[in-house]
Amino acid sequence: MKSLLLIFVPLLGSALAVAWPRERTRPLLLPIFGGAHTLLAFWMLFDPPPLAPNGWFGFDPLARAVLPAVSLLFLGCAVYGVSYLRIRSERPNRVFVASLLLILSLLSAGHQARHLGLLWITTEAATLATVPLLHFNGTPRAFEATWKYLLIGGTGIALSLLGSFCLGYASFYGGGSGDLTFAALVAQGAGLSRPWVLIAWVLVLVGYGTKMGLAPMHTWKPDAYGEAPGIVGAILAGGVTTVAFTAILRVRAVVEAAGEGGVASTTMLAIGLFSMLIAALLLLATRDFKRMLAYSSVEHMGILVIGAALGRVGVWAALFHVWSNSLTKGSLFLSAGNIRRAAGARTIDEVCGMSAITPRSAALFVAGMFAVTACPPFAPFFSELRVLRAAFETGHAITAAVFLGGLLFAFFGLTRLVFAIVDGRPRVTAKSAGILVRETRGVILPPLILLGLALWLGLATPQVLQDAWTAASEQLFPAQ
Amino acid sequence: MSEAVNFLIGLAMGLNLLALGSGRLPSVIRTVATQGMVLGLLPLFLESRFNWFVALLAFLTVSVKGFVIPTLLRRAMRSANIEREIEPFIGFVPSLLLGALGTIAAISCVRALPLLPEHAGTLFVPGALASIFTGFILLVGRVKAISQVCGYLILENGIYLFGMLLIHSTPLLVESGILLDLTVGIFVIGIIVDRIQRAFDSLDTRKLTVLRE
Repeated sequence: MKSLLLIFVPLLGSALAVAWPRERTRPLLLPIFGGAHTLLAFWMLFDPPPLAPNGWFGFDPLARAVLPAVSLLFLGCAVYGVSYLRIRSERPNRVFVASLLLILSLLSAGHQARHLGLLWITTEAATLATVPLLHFNGTPRAFEATWKYLLIGGTGIALSLLGSFCLGYASFYGGGSGDLTFAALVAQGAGLSRPWVLIAWVLVLVGYGTKMGLAPMHTWKPDAYGEAPGIVGAILAGGVTTVAFTAILRVRAVVEAAGEGGVASTTMLAIGLFSMLIAALLLLATRDFKRMLAYSSVEHMGILVIGAALGRVGVWAALFHVWSNSLTKGSLFLSAGNIRRAAGARTIDEVCGMSAITPRSAALFVAGMFAVTACPPFAPFFSELRVLRAAFETGHAITAAVFLGGLLFAFFGLTRLVFAIVDGRPRVTAKSAGILVRETRGVILPPLILLGLALWLGLATPQVLQDAWTAASEQLFPAQ
Repeated sequence: MSEAVNFLIGLAMGLNLLALGSGRLPSVIRTVATQGMVLGLLPLFLESRFNWFVALLAFLTVSVKGFVIPTLLRRAMRSANIEREIEPFIGFVPSLLLGALGTIAAISCVRALPLLPEHAGTLFVPGALASIFTGFILLVGRVKAISQVCGYLILENGIYLFGMLLIHSTPLLVESGILLDLTVGIFVIGIIVDRIQRAFDSLDTRKLTVLRE
């Protein structure tokens, strides 16, 4: 019952946003419903509700381990959104606010979906709901980015549907009763038709991997993140990608039960390492700091998938990394949005000396950069260390070496860009624009708090979260 | 029963090749619409008895794929003032040859896949694979947005065809195929919005480009 509230509360907010008559007060719905959602999610984190064994939706251990992070990120973005939409008051915000709350509802549904078809429908709907957000700026480039997002994302969606059909056929061929909940599929286990399971796995990995933005299916990401407002980028990078990751985890558990876990791990390792390497190379080449965030996101998706390939310990580390990624990405995207607005440009050829124009955002941006490149004591350092340890424990020394190399090059790429933007003497044109953009509390506090949470998560990982991650990794890899 | 089904799927496979070989956008749109209608009728032949739910599904599919989407596409085509696909990445003859090869490969590789006896003699899986492959050729090989949407529709028709294998066991998944159709609807709306934007806000956008360059 409570798990359905997580879906219906933001849905109600979305409907209310559509009906709300006043432009000025409508953005307030974001923090109100986002806050209610976060309260609910954390209440359920501390006091998990009983789970119906064959329910289609449920706050199961995996949802419990991931969804509160998404909720927290959304709340941060929601608070920021109030100030952001006030600054951008020249654009109507009805669709924007309604879509954001709709996405929260669909993300809650997607994380809790325990049925193959339902999982696909919710993740697909979440993709569609992000479309109006992407072209909020209304520029031709924004429309171009939206078009690419639809075309590539749509193909990914289609492939994951085909993969879901194949998994359904694997169950059907193996004499299944037509019950396509994940619990039933796992229970059927070795009874599933193996060739179909393998075909399904490849399609699902490519399909949902497109949504996560794993290389080489990442090409929509820099365009979309570059053109969309920072708040949308944060929700895409920390929330929408997470739901695709949990989808992959759920299907992987079925593949494991069917006895093909080895193949699943190998493919995930390969695609994860490839994503990290490609992201590191692109980070070294790009000159645009919003596209930089997209490549950094590709890198972190690679880390998640590598973690998930390394057995139970690795999944634990990956779930930890979901939290660190959501919180740090939120802070980084929001502070980058502040800098972008003040500078009026996005490449290091046009922007420099932002520490003089927007000192607070620049400081946050630098701190966020250190967090995201896994400098201690922020949470990503500890979660990536766990992934690394899992790699050594399971005897994947080469993986660990490539992983470290990827991290190192990403660090070079990110520091190069960030300091080029922050350091130096501000340009005159940028300076005159900067006077107009005041760094109000509304646009500084949300990224600051998200970053503070990332710090706290690293220094003192709460026991309840550790328990939640343990429960989720046991759900995905049950003891033999 | 099985002959009628195979005939319809075979027809859809032929339409794949027609879509690949044609350079005029109106005829590609017509081909895709016909294919959508042919496949939309398929569920009616799969049921031994008349079933209201299946009939409704077929009606919806035929009307969306055969009429609604083609109308939207034609409107977008007219407002953008394009009639032909010019200079595609993959030429018409090469893409036709690729499509033919893909169809042959789909038919021959199906023997390697484990299929239930009731599906082994049908063209469901080869038809699905061939359509998916055709869709990809169009998506990758064409430059005009409308041709790419047509490619996406053919890809989606292939997946829909595959979903027919599960129609008796999981109606929910088939329903989700319909939702995929909605994607296409939004897709198309996206283009139209884009065109309208360019038509009405041209002055504004030019100014924005100047600021960015």
